[in-house]
Amino acid sequence: MSTSDKPASPIATEVLRRVVVTRFDVEQIVLVPILAVIIALVLGGIIMLATGVSLSSIGVAFGALFTGSVGSISAISETLTAAAPLTLAGLGLALGFRAGLFNIGAEGQLILGGMAAVAVGFAFTNLPMFIHLPLALAAGMIVGALWAAIAGWLKAATGAHEVITTIMLNFIAMRLADYMLRNPPIQKPGRSDPISQSVLPSAQLPKLLTWLDPTLRVHLGIIITVIAVAFVYWLLFKTTTGFEFRSSGSNPEASRYAGMRSSLIIVLVMACSGALAGLAGANQVLGVLGRASPGFSGGAGFDAIAVALLGRSHPVGVLLAGLLFGALEAGGRQMQVSAGVRIDLISIIQALIIIFVAAPMLVRAIFPFAFAKRVPGEG
Amino acid sequence: MTLRDTSNAPSSLDQAKRRQTLITGWLLLALAVFVAGIFGIGLSGEADFRLALPGDMFAVPDLVVPAAPYVFVVAALLAFFGARQFARGAARTSAIFLGIGLFLVVTAFLVWATAGKSFSLTGMLESTIVRAVPIALGGLVGVLSERVAVVNIGIEGMLLSGAFTGAVAGSLLGGWGGLVAAIIVGGLMGLMLSALVITYRVDQIIAGVAINLFVLGLTSYVSSQVLTQYRWLNNAPVFRGIEIPFLSDLPVVGRVLFQQNIFVYGAAIMIAIATYYLFHTRMGLRARAVGEHPEAADTLGINVYRLRYINVTIGGMVAGFGGAWFTLGSVGRFDDNMTGGRGFIGLAAMIFGRWHPVGALLAALVFGFADSLQQKLAILQVPIPSEFLAMAPYIATIVLVAGIVGRARAPAADGKPYIKD
Repeated sequence: MSTSDKPASPIATEVLRRVVVTRFDVEQIVLVPILAVIIALVLGGIIMLATGVSLSSIGVAFGALFTGSVGSISAISETLTAAAPLTLAGLGLALGFRAGLFNIGAEGQLILGGMAAVAVGFAFTNLPMFIHLPLALAAGMIVGALWAAIAGWLKAATGAHEVITTIMLNFIAMRLADYMLRNPPIQKPGRSDPISQSVLPSAQLPKLLTWLDPTLRVHLGIIITVIAVAFVYWLLFKTTTGFEFRSSGSNPEASRYAGMRSSLIIVLVMACSGALAGLAGANQVLGVLGRASPGFSGGAGFDAIAVALLGRSHPVGVLLAGLLFGALEAGGRQMQVSAGVRIDLISIIQALIIIFVAAPMLVRAIFPFAFAKRVPGEG
Repeated sequence: MTLRDTSNAPSSLDQAKRRQTLITGWLLLALAVFVAGIFGIGLSGEADFRLALPGDMFAVPDLVVPAAPYVFVVAALLAFFGARQFARGAARTSAIFLGIGLFLVVTAFLVWATAGKSFSLTGMLESTIVRAVPIALGGLVGVLSERVAVVNIGIEGMLLSGAFTGAVAGSLLGGWGGLVAAIIVGGLMGLMLSALVITYRVDQIIAGVAINLFVLGLTSYVSSQVLTQYRWLNNAPVFRGIEIPFLSDLPVVGRVLFQQNIFVYGAAIMIAIATYYLFHTRMGLRARAVGEHPEAADTLGINVYRLRYINVTIGGMVAGFGGAWFTLGSVGRFDDNMTGGRGFIGLAAMIFGRWHPVGALLAALVFGFADSLQQKLAILQVPIPSEFLAMAPYIATIVLVAGIVGRARAPAADGKPYIKD
């Protein structure tokens, strides 16, 4: 055995560096989010206390938050149902973040995608399910993609910042949906209130667990979500296109010098991002609601921003964040029923989670004992 | 795709400018066709704009415009402006002509909508000023923080926090108490944003989004959990208009500018002070230096962090004042999410106003005009669905941002954290 005192080759060092998970990584990826959730829940409790909720009710509220999200099969079914659109739209946003595009427009893309899916869902009669359902899903994706591509094109052609344009496109999409819901052909005949025609059974996402209990709402959308997670992972990390997306996000100048067509990439990324948001909208109308009405999105497009940030724009992280937010939403509904604490508390907790996850230094300052003393790269 | 050839950077920059000029040209030509085709065809009668309101000291005659000739003159002007864009050297002035063109389109639209009817122009200008207030203040918040290179997406949440505090504290302490409390809470939001982005180095956009979510959640939660039960906590007094002696008796102008409430005067004063501070004081110069080149400013002994803290916190206080407009300045009652995106439009006003307080004010007036137009047009019974009228300000924002932004330049260090070695 010869022991060489020659330093390891740079490539070997690099491989080692990538394989070995440091304590810092574990802290950053596992510990910080867990502690962030704990701090947010504690602060949520303090806010309840400050608004005159009694201590026993706070106990009931936290209990309901737990049982309503993971306490039973039906709770888990609700969590998964709520997690699907958040994860899908969150994946779209994460894709954009990776490419350096801050798409705030998931809400608008989701609404118009949902409207398109509804339109296809009731317009084509006598189609077999294996054609009708994919057609409706595809319609949602295409419309979402086109709506987002407007912002991408504006950015590429004129430099208009996507944050402003996507916010404006959100407002426009909401008004557009309101108009469509009040007028034929979308509006349900004979109704004066804004509501769409119902999606035909052949375009509805089948429920998965009705054989266990007919009230369980979880549907095929959660499987589609998992497939989408895998697809985005593959796209981002295993394809050339994904590499172009990521490199134009981390260093646009260098990517341009490397011969990547930045304008095309911007439009393409926005379209992919919008397609996923549109799919989220289609998922809601085809899987849960069966039709569209004003506010059918439930603000999922805005919550998705938080999901993408919390998941650190990594597909698997987004899935976990989506599940967490879905659990908070399902548990929050139970909390409102059992403890009389309004569900708006959940958005406060979600906002606090994002703040703390985005500010690891703050979490370290609050829990100094949980972390190693020396922090590489920070402080 | 024009950036493919990067070996020659200046030429690609020229190309981008050239292309933008051409886009503006095509846009103006399209507007000309639109105005002539949609508004002009079959138009007859006269548009009667009332300038005097009942109770005015001086009665001013109505402004009567022959509808069809006016619309066609506007279409011709637009076509001329559009064609001009294709000439050499048009790039420098194309932003101005786009602005004038859009203004003309709006006047043509008004004339078309009013043809054969009468419409109170003074009343609309009055509500334009009122509705521009929160947008102008939102834009000013953006200017104050982006001039020291902190991007503030959280304006919407800061406005909402001011609106909520104004309603609750105003119910408890009266109007002035509510206003002061709203300013303090807005300042705290600004302080929170600065602490997150400066001390804890949270990504600026993430911090802003989180503040929006946090304030929206907190205000909705407290209003549904507490205010629905204790209604007297959500019943604040409203500041009435103050008539400025002599000036308020002037025709048209008096009604529009000098009979408003303290929020309008306050906004005007704040914009004047901010302009003086940023461009005529030593500290303002330092603030701008921090926004352009923090390393250099630091080398010269300027405390980058402290200046950023101060500016962003003052911005938050301005947002608190602007937020109080929604409750203390108009209805006296807080409703969930009542700011309705004004903070984001303020951000657009900042960009359109080229990061200058006065520019932001002018842009806000445009948005305020669109906003009040949409309200007043319901009276005229225009054959356009109300949803499409409601979209108009947002579409206008996109057009303006797309048309202007290439020529406006953000502070160089905008959005970048500064890490002192």
